[in-house]
Amino acid sequence: MENSKQHLEALSGIKDLMEKSTKFISLSGLSGVIAGITALVGAFLADLRIDYYLNNTFTKTRLEMYLSENLMEELALELFVIAISILVISITFGILLTMRESKKNGQHIWGKNSKLLLLNLIVPLAAGGIFCLILMYHGLFYLLAPATLLFYGLALFNCGKYTLGEIKYLGVLEIILGLLSAVFIGKGLLFWAIGFGVLHIIYGALMHFKYNNKPQNA
Amino acid sequence: MIEGLNKIFESRVRLGIMSVLMVNDEIDFNSLKELLNVTDGNLASHIAGLEKNEYIKVIKEFVGKKPKTSFAATAVGKKAFQDHLTALENLLNQHN
Repeated sequence: MENSKQHLEALSGIKDLMEKSTKFISLSGLSGVIAGITALVGAFLADLRIDYYLNNTFTKTRLEMYLSENLMEELALELFVIAISILVISITFGILLTMRESKKNGQHIWGKNSKLLLLNLIVPLAAGGIFCLILMYHGLFYLLAPATLLFYGLALFNCGKYTLGEIKYLGVLEIILGLLSAVFIGKGLLFWAIGFGVLHIIYGALMHFKYNNKPQNA
Repeated sequence: MIEGLNKIFESRVRLGIMSVLMVNDEIDFNSLKELLNVTDGNLASHIAGLEKNEYIKVIKEFVGKKPKTSFAATAVGKKAFQDHLTALENLLNQHN
């Protein structure tokens, strides 16, 4: 029996090393929670601003007919500023917390594995970002929420090989939300808040408790 | 060799080196040292042991003016490691 325990330990040691040497495991769960909260606050602000602009036009119905071009542009600018702020805050906290985490795991933040992770994240995200700009160019604003969720989900799913595998499930959920929001046009902000807000908070918290309380074997 | 277990892999460090080399085409000395959390001398002696058995090969190259030593598993080494894993799993299955 003593032997069998040793063998089990050997096997789990092998698995740990294989994972640690090929994956960037230091993505911080807490940064997911912060990104989620930021996204929720952002979505709430965006909702307030949209309401404000709707109520300040002559009527609530047939927005596109009554809103003057100027007001639409002002609103779009405000939403753009909110979106960029969310992005900057999330990424800043993400990098800071991940730096702390990688120090703890003894993993280089800018090593082979993190580069692979970033590359696999950036290619689908960049394609999605450019696609969204094209949608805006064509005035198809109602497709922005589905497109961002879909491309983000695909990017996460793609990253499963290069970081903690659980990120795949988050990716699948984002993809499903993206497809749903393409069906229920007009509820874009709600789906967006669920996808980037609620899901990030839940996923980040789960990962934090799963991996942070357990010290990584050296 | 008892029950198909490979004596060379009895050492935690040698087993670790092979584990890493099974999933990485090659790895340099310092990365390996950090992953396994061992000293220079310790790692060097285990590497020499694996090299002597032709389980791994040493790749020396220059990055700029600095020499860099990397390692890769040989076909023989991969086969030996696989057999060792299979033996471990068989033993575990017998006990349970």
